[in-house]
Amino acid sequence: MVNEIGHFALVLALCIAALQAVLPLVGAARNDAALMGWARPAALAQFLFVAIAFFALMHAYAVSDFSLANVAANSNSMKPLLYKLTGVWSNHEGSMLLWVFILALFGAAVALFSHNLPPQLRARVLAVQAMIGVGFLLFILLTSNPFLRLVPAPADGAGLNPILQDRGLAFHPPCLYLGYVGFSISFCFAIAALIEGRVDPAWARWVRPWTLAAWCALTTGIAMGSWWAYYTLGWGGWWFWDPVENASFMPWLVGTALLHSAVVVEKREARKTWTILLAIITFSLSLLGTFLVRSGVLTSVHAFASDPLRGVFILLLLSCYTGGALILFAWRAPQLAGGGLFAPISREGALVLNNLLLATAAATVLLGTLYPLLLDVVAHQKVSVGPPFYSMTFVPIMIPLLVAMAVGPMLPWKRGDLPAALGRLKFAFLATAAAALVTLAATGARSLGAACGLALAAWLLAATLTELAERLRLFAGPLPAVWRRALNLPRASWGMFFAHAGMAVVIAGITGSTAWTEEKIVSGRPGQAFEIAGYTIALDRVSEVAGPDYTASRADMRLLRDGRGIAEMHPEKRFYPVENGAATGVAIHTNLLSDVYAVIGDPDGTGGYVLRLYYNPLVPWIWLGAAAMALGGLISLTDRRHRIGAPARRARASATARVQAAE
Amino acid sequence: MIRPLLLALALVAALLPVPAHAVRPDEMLADPGLEARAREVGRELRCLVCRNQSIDDSDADLAHDLRVLVRERIKAGDSNDQVVAYVRARYGDFVLLRPPLEIGTLLLWGGPLLILVLGGVALARFYRGKDENAAPPLSVEERRRLAAILGDGTRR
Amino acid sequence: MNKRGWIFLIPAAVFALLAVGFYAGLGIDPNVLPSPLIDQPAPRFALPPLQGDAQGFSSADLTGHVSLVNTFASWCAPCRAEHPVLNALAQTKRVPIYGIDYKDKEDLALAWIAELGNPYTRIGADDGRVGIDWGVYGVPETFIVDRDGRIRYKHVGPLTQADIERTILPLVARLER
Repeated sequence: MVNEIGHFALVLALCIAALQAVLPLVGAARNDAALMGWARPAALAQFLFVAIAFFALMHAYAVSDFSLANVAANSNSMKPLLYKLTGVWSNHEGSMLLWVFILALFGAAVALFSHNLPPQLRARVLAVQAMIGVGFLLFILLTSNPFLRLVPAPADGAGLNPILQDRGLAFHPPCLYLGYVGFSISFCFAIAALIEGRVDPAWARWVRPWTLAAWCALTTGIAMGSWWAYYTLGWGGWWFWDPVENASFMPWLVGTALLHSAVVVEKREARKTWTILLAIITFSLSLLGTFLVRSGVLTSVHAFASDPLRGVFILLLLSCYTGGALILFAWRAPQLAGGGLFAPISREGALVLNNLLLATAAATVLLGTLYPLLLDVVAHQKVSVGPPFYSMTFVPIMIPLLVAMAVGPMLPWKRGDLPAALGRLKFAFLATAAAALVTLAATGARSLGAACGLALAAWLLAATLTELAERLRLFAGPLPAVWRRALNLPRASWGMFFAHAGMAVVIAGITGSTAWTEEKIVSGRPGQAFEIAGYTIALDRVSEVAGPDYTASRADMRLLRDGRGIAEMHPEKRFYPVENGAATGVAIHTNLLSDVYAVIGDPDGTGGYVLRLYYNPLVPWIWLGAAAMALGGLISLTDRRHRIGAPARRARASATARVQAAE
Repeated sequence: MIRPLLLALALVAALLPVPAHAVRPDEMLADPGLEARAREVGRELRCLVCRNQSIDDSDADLAHDLRVLVRERIKAGDSNDQVVAYVRARYGDFVLLRPPLEIGTLLLWGGPLLILVLGGVALARFYRGKDENAAPPLSVEERRRLAAILGDGTRR
Repeated sequence: MNKRGWIFLIPAAVFALLAVGFYAGLGIDPNVLPSPLIDQPAPRFALPPLQGDAQGFSSADLTGHVSLVNTFASWCAPCRAEHPVLNALAQTKRVPIYGIDYKDKEDLALAWIAELGNPYTRIGADDGRVGIDWGVYGVPETFIVDRDGRIRYKHVGPLTQADIERTILPLVARLER
């Protein structure tokens, strides 16, 4: 019964989305308030029905209703409840439903929180959003319906891939989708602006919170995925340049460029067409990612089971939305009025450089990801593009970006003085040199790459701190005045501080983890102890344990340093009989500066077990830095300037005054 | 000309060693220097039956066989390049995680730099064009009028 | 459209090219790899026989006539599916089929052959090393070797009757001329 309701709700959502796609657009063209008024209730209704469908599916998983083919294929009655629920999005059909759920959620959010938007813009934005909804709801109902029945219903299900049964994974896809799909709103705003033929600073201010929210979610989602890979896959790797990873990284790179470009539009009314193009490209890259994962064109550890029919359908959707948007862009963008002038050496100039480098970086990742496919199509040659390619092309592009990130905030708008800005960065120069020298001294000349990495991180962090100190006039007055200034600093500035500082921490983490990881692979017996990086790991015992749906070899290890016990570690190697698969339970001990990482492998046949022990210095900083970046985005999101909302009239006047004062 | 640049970039990348993850204790060579070379080579070779993993990262049988083969060739005295060429001769370009530099991959290796340069050139032309559209300088009469308007005490 | 207007068409044009590429790509199987050994001499090897056979399988067996070399294993499900096709081909005695038993357990392989039939003129037991020399990355794979011992064709995956009739037999005929 619940399943039928869910199925029917999807159909209803499709009908409402179809209406929402057409009526408000017509209304905006004719300036008909009644037609435009359809947009908001339709968006809310669309969300309501998609939510009903989504929770109906979740209910089927929760009660292990195996009459649904989707549940039978991806769940099992022995699973703990959490993994029954997260199994909803572990497969193609369920994750598409999650996708559409989040799309409708964002549509409803725009409907609810857009009091200050002119009705025509809002109508157009919601209409375009509904168009996207129509396409994907059709896709689900026609090719990927999670509510298909299995008759007769099997007694139990096929279960969930053991690797996916993890608490961290529960939040990774929803977070990622919040990011991917959130950029659809920026896309909708861009299309609406093209239809209207006008981009003004107000548009940029309205777009920014949605872009920021999506960017935050995507940053968090990517970091979570990376962290999950690190502690699940059993070898300490956290980024593999796998096509599906790249598919999430590209929208992040372009989304970051969009965030920065929108600032220029807001402040200086320049670079409008480029910002519109970025908004279109960001979401198009999300759509491209959807295509790559689900169509089977690329091999990837992440890919869902491929189906050429679905591939064709998604390609059709991609062509409609991206192709349509780009054609609209080619037609209307030339008519968007140009904006203010600025000198190359200025904050705008730095942001232009930021965009150039980020766009090139994203294009590089795109090139590497798509090249095998395109070369095969054109020349019937098969090549692989793996991490060595990206190390040699992506890294050299990011280095100048990181250097410029330090200088950019130091430059004023319109026209800046580079020597003066560099002069204010004396502290940063010192920090950079110090970091490089200390690293070389401590670890020897072979760590040249590592010294560069840490020097870069120090440069960025020191420059970001310098910028903050200048804003707070840290050394120029009494502490209470500084404190007051800190409290009154616009949240967007704090956001930038945390985001840039977080990036520096991430760079340091990446450097440490790639340069100084130590490894020990041995065949170990209970009673033996092993040395790694100054620690001693004593293997006490290996026992067989049983979980709710698995059996495992569990090792009891003690981590010691200088004879003193620090922690106990219990790596496991689990076997899941239903799925006939294995998974590793890695044991990690972290002191937030480095990780000790232990994995137990297969028995070697003579009473010992394969043990893999790693010492990963600075790896925790990758996740901490990413968290800081997301936090920065979140802080920026709460900036009062974004909430020029209810109550509309009074707040708008005072907000405008505050914005003018801050500039 | 490109080759030295690529070699330099490869050196930078190679300065960052990476641990290998599916290597078994019984595979590892006794000599740590040779084992390190085996890891370098392993990082360049793709496990063909896996999804985008190097042979060092994969648990597959074929990956294991190739790891053993790599170590045998290194012990027999082959250089890293020779070992990679040995495997490439049997499995084709697909087994290389670092795409070879040849006609078919010129666009791949040259692409990033090309995009950067094209982007820079486009920007330069765009902004130079903008300068041409900038307002022409004021004439003497216009400047006097401007001074008069500004000088009446009104502050903006 | 003015002089600068054409530049705005570039994103749409690039996308159009990509879309065409994707569409073409949907028809390609990413798991079938071309072999660099086509037209190269077959690797030199000498494989031991399965227990009970007098002779194993070596590269000397491949000269003087056109041959088919097929890799199989008892643990390989698609091999099971293709085996009747090989049996039928062996019955016609059109072309000798040599088998490489790839990374298998001897008793299991013998039982498998006994159960499904033996289309092979000779069988060699391989622990994987010879397979690497042939560029084998999975089973089943089938090679056509010409009179001079050169590899002329590689088929990845199980053979179907259609493959035999449309590709294998015509190529064998051409190589025998």
